[in-house]
Amino acid sequence: MTVKLILRDKEFEVRPGMTLLSSLEKINIIPEAVLATRDGEMILEDEILKDGQVVKLISVISGG
Amino acid sequence: MKASVHMRQHKLALCRDHYLEWIPEQTERFIKKYEMFRREERVLVAVSGGKDSLSLWDILHRLGYQADGLYIGLGIDGGVGYSDESHRLSEKFASENGLRLHVVDVAKEYGQPIPILAEMSHRGQGRPCAVCGLAKRHIMNRIARDLGYDVLATGHNLDDEAAVLFGNTLQWSGNFLRRQSPALRESPGLARKVKPLCRFYEREMAAYALLRGIEYIYEECPFAEGATSIYYKELLNRLETDKPGSKLIFYLRFLEARETGLFAPAPEEAANLHPCPNCGQPTSTDDLCSFCRMIEKLKTV
Ligand SMILES: [Zn+2]
Repeated sequence: MTVKLILRDKEFEVRPGMTLLSSLEKINIIPEAVLATRDGEMILEDEILKDGQVVKLISVISGG
Repeated sequence: MKASVHMRQHKLALCRDHYLEWIPEQTERFIKKYEMFRREERVLVAVSGGKDSLSLWDILHRLGYQADGLYIGLGIDGGVGYSDESHRLSEKFASENGLRLHVVDVAKEYGQPIPILAEMSHRGQGRPCAVCGLAKRHIMNRIARDLGYDVLATGHNLDDEAAVLFGNTLQWSGNFLRRQSPALRESPGLARKVKPLCRFYEREMAAYALLRGIEYIYEECPFAEGATSIYYKELLNRLETDKPGSKLIFYLRFLEARETGLFAPAPEEAANLHPCPNCGQPTSTDDLCSFCRMIEKLKTV
């Protein structure tokens, strides 16, 4: 029973049933610093992640 | 349609189609509000191949402005072909949209790529970022003036501006605070400079590029790792997560404070600028400007 979140070459696993926002907090990623997509579609922070889902995170912060 | 982007600072959630309309509409509003440029003026967009500058170019083009691009080849590789890839993506965007891109290669024009220039000039404690910034400002300004553009536009977003503001506030750098603005008027030797995206969060610009299908360079500049600006952005984003709207308020209240004279110049300042005898851009010394001095020094090594 897991949800997988992927950011660049890192993979994180959280338990299903939490919102995207809580899941990001759990793995210590600042929600403002990423966009989340599932199957190529952007998802919102209040979406509840279900078992087996894979969420791809896109870092939005750049230097300069 | 289902919402794709939620902007908590505006209490607004939009679906893809409305989001792609909303961003250009807002940009148009900021261009007018800060009197950046008019439709008959020619705009030169500084394009890096990143999400912000390519999105800016896309938006200005869609809004019907005459916007050409300027790509500056910095010669940064970092094992990932950073400059080559960002150049390729900039060219690709230009050709797909039938837009004109000017290219300046630093190594070809000034003898060495940025990392070597930085090493040889001993500026910036091992990081080429100071030299890179100096060279980019100089070249952008030179091309805008030489090719007769009315205004130079950069893709700075609100996170960029808030991070700079935060750094300058920590130091109370009055000189920098006074000059930080969405639009800087032209002055002798300097082109007008504008930042049409300065009120959008970085996350919003990434969402725009993603939803619009703009292919941009996702890899960070190899020299940006551990940069102070990124650390400040992180701090501000922690604050933003706890208190939505904090970043926006920090920046907007600053602009208001500056407008009402909180950072008025010391009386004897301002007048002390001279044109550089080599390039004509203003400098506070009687001699060459810092860019020309750097290039001059390299010739003697
Ligand atoms: Zn000069």
